[in-house]
Amino acid sequence: MNLDSKIPEGPLEQKWDSFKSNMKLINPSNKRKYKILIVGTGLAGASAAASLAELGYQVETFCFQDSPRRAHSIAAQGGINAAKNYQNDGDSIWRLFYDTIKGGDFRSREANVYRLAQMSVKIIDHCVALGVPFAREYGGLLDNRSFGGAQVSRTFYCRGQTGQQLLLGAYSTMARQIAQGRIKSHPRTEMLDLVTIDGRARGIIVRDLQTGKIESHVGDAVVLATGGYGPVFFLSTNAVGCNVTATYRAHKRGALFANPCFTQIHPTCIPVTGDYQSKLTLMSESLRNDGRIWVPKNQGDKRSPDQIPEADRDYFLERKYPSFGNLAPRDISSRAAKEACDAGKGVGEGGRGVYLDFSDAIKRLGENVIRERYGNLFDMYHHITNENPYKVPMRIYPAVHYCMGGLWVDYTLMSNISGLFVLGEANFSDHGANRLGASALMQGLADGYFVAPYTITNYLASTKPGGVGTDHADFKRCENDVNENIKKILSIKGKRSPLSIHREMGKVVWNEVGMARTRQSLTKALQQIPAIREEFWKNVSVPGSGAEMNKGLEYALRVSDFLEFAELLAEDALAREESCGAHFREEYQTEDGEAKRNDQDFAFVSAWEYKGMGNKPVLHKEPLTYDNVHLAVRSYK
Amino acid sequence: MKLTLKVWRQNNPSDSGRFVEYQANNVVPDMSFLEMLDVVNGDLMAQGQEPIAFDHDCREGICGSCSLVINGRAHGPTRGTTCQTYMRNFSDGQTLVIEPWRAKAFPVLRDLVCDRSAFDRITQAGGYISSNVGGAPDGNALPIPKVVADKAMDAAECIGCGACVAACKNASAMLFVSAKVSHLGLLPQGQPERTARVRKMVSQMDKEGFGACTNQYECEAACPKEISADFIARMNGDYLWASVTTEE
Ligand SMILES: Cc1cc2nc3c(=O)[nH]c(=O)nc-3n(C[C@H](O)[C@H](O)[C@H](O)COP(=O)(O)OP(=O)(O)OC[C@H]3O[C@@H](n4cnc5c(N)ncnc54)[C@H](O)[C@@H]3O)c2cc1C
Ligand code: SF4
Ligand code: FES
Repeated sequence: MNLDSKIPEGPLEQKWDSFKSNMKLINPSNKRKYKILIVGTGLAGASAAASLAELGYQVETFCFQDSPRRAHSIAAQGGINAAKNYQNDGDSIWRLFYDTIKGGDFRSREANVYRLAQMSVKIIDHCVALGVPFAREYGGLLDNRSFGGAQVSRTFYCRGQTGQQLLLGAYSTMARQIAQGRIKSHPRTEMLDLVTIDGRARGIIVRDLQTGKIESHVGDAVVLATGGYGPVFFLSTNAVGCNVTATYRAHKRGALFANPCFTQIHPTCIPVTGDYQSKLTLMSESLRNDGRIWVPKNQGDKRSPDQIPEADRDYFLERKYPSFGNLAPRDISSRAAKEACDAGKGVGEGGRGVYLDFSDAIKRLGENVIRERYGNLFDMYHHITNENPYKVPMRIYPAVHYCMGGLWVDYTLMSNISGLFVLGEANFSDHGANRLGASALMQGLADGYFVAPYTITNYLASTKPGGVGTDHADFKRCENDVNENIKKILSIKGKRSPLSIHREMGKVVWNEVGMARTRQSLTKALQQIPAIREEFWKNVSVPGSGAEMNKGLEYALRVSDFLEFAELLAEDALAREESCGAHFREEYQTEDGEAKRNDQDFAFVSAWEYKGMGNKPVLHKEPLTYDNVHLAVRSYK
Repeated sequence: MKLTLKVWRQNNPSDSGRFVEYQANNVVPDMSFLEMLDVVNGDLMAQGQEPIAFDHDCREGICGSCSLVINGRAHGPTRGTTCQTYMRNFSDGQTLVIEPWRAKAFPVLRDLVCDRSAFDRITQAGGYISSNVGGAPDGNALPIPKVVADKAMDAAECIGCGACVAACKNASAMLFVSAKVSHLGLLPQGQPERTARVRKMVSQMDKEGFGACTNQYECEAACPKEISADFIARMNGDYLWASVTTEE
């Protein structure tokens, strides 16, 4: 298979301009003849829907929540990066590009990342114009904070609810297009299959979650902006509805899945308390601006934190990474916390926790300043744990947070299936093996507001609008497959809830394919996952029918896809015999326990091809070449 | 902890619905309310019975999906959303009555799930600033005093959950609508459409069948995001201005 990344010729700084000057255009009055189906209304999907509708295309959007405004992007807390250099601290497009590519441990494409850094600047301008209430300084100008992996202050934020405000901005501009009749929104609708005709993506099969009706939708291009697959680990910081269904079903229809093993574990989450738990809650990385992370120096020190004197504390990030300190990147901070807990120094019940301590900052700045900066996060923490973080240090532990992996796309964000575009967290494109904080929101909006409108136009310009209907045999065949699959699940009538099977699978994926992986653990996972899948297909219980609102069925369908996808994830982790970014193979580490990358053999994107249930997927490699940056050993010391 | 649950079950919008009693055993104080329901649902499904349907997603109080009335109170006894309600706030042996939002404009779809699309239509009527991608000036071209930006943010924090409607005896949506109107109306970018916006949004609100506001402020008390009822007064001012000016 030929993986053509379609990166424009020319110097890095001019690639995007060169794409734009050479792209094909569509006359304004012809645009309305084309229909674009957009699955997902998070930052990526909502911004793409709005901007494509503004251009004049007919757009239809789909999301499984009851309103586009509730997509998971709403939960992003800390902020969004942009190379504005408003702080005059030496930021530039180049520096944001370099930080991102280095943060990703040199496993992403130069051209994509550079374009992302270029777009970052325009995102802030557009969001301000839409009325996003970014934090401001007393003089009325935009304020910034710092995030991990950077030595400049370039993160824009809206208190601890940046994702909410950016999404409400995108949702409102989408609402305006709905009112004008250019977007038709289908909430409570789940995509269950992709329809390709003659090798082109032409439509989707969906289930109306309110009535249970299976329906076909036809379009001239299909966009997946369906977010990440974090809940393959069961517990994660993601919304519980996040799933792999849309991208995995597209994968089964031929779309290559890239780097599925690049999953990020976020260092600052509230630790697990019990078996009943359904999700983990993130405490934004922005807290590391003012909080200091430490554990007791001595193993098994059970004193309460205020009784432990300075001399008996280990501020392990400050000690190991003096130049970045508490703002070391996520993968590195997470592993350091795990190491401390593995060494028996963890705090809290079960010993899986480290302190995130604000007492110095409160002394220095006063409680009010801290409340102003992080009030809602402190309240959330207090609410969940019943402990007051203004008085006692927070306890935190790493948790699954973000998926760098996703469907393979070229420079135009089109997958290997013609006409299938993939945006936001659902694609693999910009973050390599590790994503820096505040850059997912940036990517989602860059893809949706500024990249897709051009690249989709360029694609559509070489196609004729319409031409097929949902009565086409390929639609009927896919509809039939979806119906049969649902019938099969409903007929099992076993003894176990989908939740119990999901939890069982998640434990395997977390324990064997989690923060540290070995050949042995991965081989074990590859034996255990199929067994759990078999248990699902024999023993799951999904009462009720398909022809009604059936929350149990929705969930079971998502779990069934996770059960196949988990195997692909483990397969990818096994094939990548190096440690890079968030992918840490214990066999490949330096003497002081840092990730040991192997650029000689693994400087490529893994793109997996589906070969049928039970068959080994086939690995295709897209080589990564670096003409502008030097492949350095990533150091934050 | 052991609890008795009286849960509203309704198969579809046209079913008349009824309360059904369940026992929740093995409840742990640190569980969230929805995790408690997960356990009940897990048991129901394992026995081949249909789970209790409820909306939820983020489970951290920000998406606005969860929407239960617990013992007569929207989002339960504590400040915050249903998903951020913890079992430590109830006592062993207690009986909990669990219902969906009740309002004419929010018809029940199934069990505890209701249709809140009226809020989307109110937003479509005018809850935006008309600015296309591509034309925006530099973000710092227009300084906004911090107090103004902060106040706009106070209003923008609304999660669109609808608890304000559920808590109001008239099922009024004034708190929700005033939050959006104020968020945009406070900012300089929102000025050009300020009067048209308030007029259109209020008119859509009336069309959707929400009730009138009689200043009881039950909405403010139930709002998980502490949206202030002062925004209602602010919107009334804007609305009055909009009705005496003739701009179309
Ligand atoms: C707690 C938390 C905090 C975060 N904080 C930050 C931060 O501060 N800064 C930052 O940059 N990033 C942050 N992130 C990451 C960031 O929020 C996400 O990566 C980003 O919002 C993803 O946006 P998206 O548009 O790609 O997808 P999402 O917002 O996840 O949207 C997915 C959409 O797809 C739809 N969908 C999914 N499957 C289907 C299907 N089968 N059928 C129909 N519709 C479907 C959903 O309904 C939804 O509309 C955070 C993430 C978490 C979990
Ligand atoms: S005003 Fe408060 S109660 Fe009403 S929808 Fe907004 S957040 Fe919910
Ligand atoms: S589930 Fe999102 S607010 Fe409760």
